[in-house]
Amino acid sequence: MEDKKDIKSTEETSPAENNQPVVNSEAADDLHGENLTERVKVLSPGRTVLKRFFRSKLSVAGLAVLLALFIFSFIGPLCSPWRANNGTVKDYSKPTVNGTCLVLEYIGPDGQTYEAFEVIDGVPLPYSTLDGPSWSHWLGTDNEGNDILTRLMYGGQISLTVGFVVVLLETLLGVLLGGLAGYFGKWVDQLIMRIVDILSCIPSLPIMLIFYAVFQSLGIIDISRLYYMMIVITLLGWTGTARLVRGQILSLREQDFMLAAKASGLSTAKKIFKHLLPNVIPQLIVSMTLGLGSVILMEATLGYLNIGAPIETATWGSMINTASNSVYRQYYPNMWLGSGVCITSAILAFNFVGDGLRDAFDPKMKR
Amino acid sequence: MAKYIIKRLLLSLLILFSVSFIIYVLLRIMPISYVENIFYEQQQGGANLTEEDLQRMLELYGLGDSSVWGVIKGYFTWLGNFLKGDMGKSFKLGIPVEQVIRDKMGISFGISFVSLILEVIIAVPLGIKCATNQYGKFDYTITVLCMIGISFPSFFLGNLLIKWFAVDLGWFEIGGLVSSSLPHDANFITRFFDMCWHLVIPVFVMVVLNIGSLMRYQRTNTLEVLNADYIRTARAKGLSEGKVVYKHVFRNTMIPLITTLSFTLPTLFGGAMITEEIFAIPGIGQTAYQALKIGDIPLAMGYNMFIAVLTVMGTLLADIMYVVVDPRIKLGQ
Repeated sequence: MEDKKDIKSTEETSPAENNQPVVNSEAADDLHGENLTERVKVLSPGRTVLKRFFRSKLSVAGLAVLLALFIFSFIGPLCSPWRANNGTVKDYSKPTVNGTCLVLEYIGPDGQTYEAFEVIDGVPLPYSTLDGPSWSHWLGTDNEGNDILTRLMYGGQISLTVGFVVVLLETLLGVLLGGLAGYFGKWVDQLIMRIVDILSCIPSLPIMLIFYAVFQSLGIIDISRLYYMMIVITLLGWTGTARLVRGQILSLREQDFMLAAKASGLSTAKKIFKHLLPNVIPQLIVSMTLGLGSVILMEATLGYLNIGAPIETATWGSMINTASNSVYRQYYPNMWLGSGVCITSAILAFNFVGDGLRDAFDPKMKR
Repeated sequence: MAKYIIKRLLLSLLILFSVSFIIYVLLRIMPISYVENIFYEQQQGGANLTEEDLQRMLELYGLGDSSVWGVIKGYFTWLGNFLKGDMGKSFKLGIPVEQVIRDKMGISFGISFVSLILEVIIAVPLGIKCATNQYGKFDYTITVLCMIGISFPSFFLGNLLIKWFAVDLGWFEIGGLVSSSLPHDANFITRFFDMCWHLVIPVFVMVVLNIGSLMRYQRTNTLEVLNADYIRTARAKGLSEGKVVYKHVFRNTMIPLITTLSFTLPTLFGGAMITEEIFAIPGIGQTAYQALKIGDIPLAMGYNMFIAVLTVMGTLLADIMYVVVDPRIKLGQ
């Protein structure tokens, strides 16, 4: 089955029921009249794309990593013994002291060496802080006594969800405005494209920092700050999609099938949503997948600079913020390595999948 | 051509005007400005200051009237001064913004420029090699490595490298530009090498992060050119493979390459904010980072306009370069 030649057919025939496959005449000529039913397997365009996608090892690896990250973030907490109890993932079984201790060693009456701790200054805490990796805490605990592995899972929930929501909203805005600009042209196009020009000229990180200052003076310092920041990202980020959609629609508008649509008297909405947009969807899916990686990176950057989610709320970004503290960076790599690996692998996986999809959708690609 | 460029320039002016207005309004809608923060800090520190003093301070900084009309008036005052080349004094640093940009730009430009040169030197041959061995083992390995490079967040890679190479192994410096062990009377060459020593990791980070996209771009372009008819002709007339690739293919891949490089103008001069912040490099990126975070209006406006002007210029330059390197293309149609 593997070495049989694929022939794309515009007909939506599923391979399971293609006893009598429909093959267009050009393809039939190519095969010099061989027995078509046995030699040729007809695939619908959608299936061709899927087949091409799954043939690339990198795309499959990316997809697997993404699945793993989703299971880790959304199902993982259910398996963790430190599952959020009143919002914390602290371990109260082992009290520690936050402060300076004097370590005394002495030999007890039984001949054994004992260690005693004298608290010089500091507060005894009812939970264990800054523990190294152990059986009960696979990645140790952080300075607040939270189990780092469990926090990573909860962090993933926010980071991944935020990524999807932002990309979805960006795409909606982009499709709407880009579609309007491309379809109606004239002053609508002029107006929308000038807005696109202006927005894409605003530097994104500096504007985030300005918004940070604004939110700070408005007293917004909890998790809602991250959501407001994401709204800002959405409002600035739709321009790429709009350009893409507009460009596609401009060229599609002039093609014969649109003339046919016009001749059959279809309404404008039907022409846009039924005939133009479906042709842009492949590019949209690719740009959305690649966009997911960049939104996750943006969230992480905001977290690292401590201008997005506050440190108390677990997100991958706010957890990697600990790397900016030189003590934690050097002596407690367990606090930030995990989130760094999660962020990097998520971005990498989205890039692999996006790339694989682009190649799979590209009709020029033969392999 | 001239008509097209004039049209583009006018459009750029409109864009710059809108960008500056948006950013200015954003900076002014803060209920508690930098000046008020400092005032309350001083008041808490025991300074005997009244509300009248605050009002006088705000007037002095040009923030006295925060009504809608006052903000618009403030914007046009800023715009007038900006057109005269005066961007005001930074609230925090107390020195003119132009001077801040001029002083801090050098080191940022140096790092970005060295990184860019390294990226081009490494990425272009790699891209060509990958394209000529499409789907080979070499291509596969380099593509995966480039993807990993693209996906690394700068702060994660930077901190990892600091931990491994600067602290654990002690090969390089953690950050800054000058070693504390450097003698006072060290001559210029020692100082220069000391500085380079500090910049090894930052430059490495920037190269790793940016090389991937450039390499992939070069690979795609080379593949496109390799499929062109004139390459088949070149092969058909019996040219050696080396001559085909490095004379015919490479030259034609330069067109999109030069265009893309024009877009790096803002990053080249504007500094890398996060990288400079991680490695404590006193460049324009770090200065702007700190100014923006506290709402230092003149410096924030100055820096953002600097970046916006560079972005607009980069786009325009890309268009012009396109025509310059490829005579087949005519602008304005």
